[in-house]
Amino acid sequence: MYLIIVGGGKVGFFLAQELIENNHEVLVIEKDVARAEQLHEALGGSVLSGDACEASVLEGAGVGRADLILAVTGDDEDNFVVCEIARFYGSARPIARINNPQNDLVFKRRGIETTISATEAILSQIEQELPDTQFVPIMKLHHGLELVELKLNSVSPVIGNSPIGLKLPSESHVALIIDSDGIPKIPSEEIELSANDSLVLITRVENRSLVRQLIIGSSQDLDT
Amino acid sequence: MRVIIMGCGRTGAAIAEALDLDDHSVTIIDRDAKQFRRLAPEFSGTRVVANGMDQKDLETAGINEADAFIAVTQGDNRNYFASQLASEIYKVEKVLCRVKDPQREVIFRQLGIKTYSPTSSGATTMIAMLLGEKGS
Repeated sequence: MYLIIVGGGKVGFFLAQELIENNHEVLVIEKDVARAEQLHEALGGSVLSGDACEASVLEGAGVGRADLILAVTGDDEDNFVVCEIARFYGSARPIARINNPQNDLVFKRRGIETTISATEAILSQIEQELPDTQFVPIMKLHHGLELVELKLNSVSPVIGNSPIGLKLPSESHVALIIDSDGIPKIPSEEIELSANDSLVLITRVENRSLVRQLIIGSSQDLDT
Repeated sequence: MRVIIMGCGRTGAAIAEALDLDDHSVTIIDRDAKQFRRLAPEFSGTRVVANGMDQKDLETAGINEADAFIAVTQGDNRNYFASQLASEIYKVEKVLCRVKDPQREVIFRQLGIKTYSPTSSGATTMIAMLLGEKGS
């Protein structure tokens, strides 16, 4: 695979190192000339010094034949523009690093489906660690879908029911049940849900509050 | 018309003052409060210290009620990103985006944003002045 990494900061550097080790063809584009030279010494020939937001630089990097373009600078707007220009010139799939989790929506609206947010990842990790958290977004998937985990309590309306045929919003499915002993189970007719079970669901982002209401029975303390 | 202008540089301030004089409802935002010094004392619009790429800031500035959004900060990418926010998320009817890099301007325009490049326009105007003067 040919991968173009835009942004030679820490994220870009370690990504490049790992990908080169895995025998991928990698090119790092870095705006800062001094930093680009540093990277050149550390990584070998696979560094281009230039501003990837300039169409001519991306073209010179061979964006037309790239399989993936990873925009991992520290600025959301720069990553956004890199992905937009890359999509304009070639068929490379863009992956963007975002810092402000709110920005996810505008990336998705523009067809940049894959975004990675360290902020969101850490927040989600914190939520999983909190004992009282009943609703944890685990990860965003393509097309506005996401994976969420819901922890049942003693008054959850689904207790005593089978995970098959639960009343859920459209395009939502129970993917997995993790019982109170931490045993994962594939949903089946035989399972009877009980308090302290966790349900892993695939659903749409906009269905969060409805899913929560149907499964946990409360729409209070809504996560963003 | 309710207009939000992002960036209180020379251009932003000039647009804000002219529209304000013309009785439009103007809100000008800049992340640096010092930039508002460029506005004439008579300016009756709203000044908001905010980052135009932050959705909460844009909402504070009244983006949900805005008829127009004009992005004229120093950064082409910032202008484009904020313009797409205004257009895609807030469905603002008229969105104008300044892009200094002529190459990028062409691409952004084809990606659906109304753009203006002072570089291209300036060059065209000066060439016309030069050749026009030569002829006279």
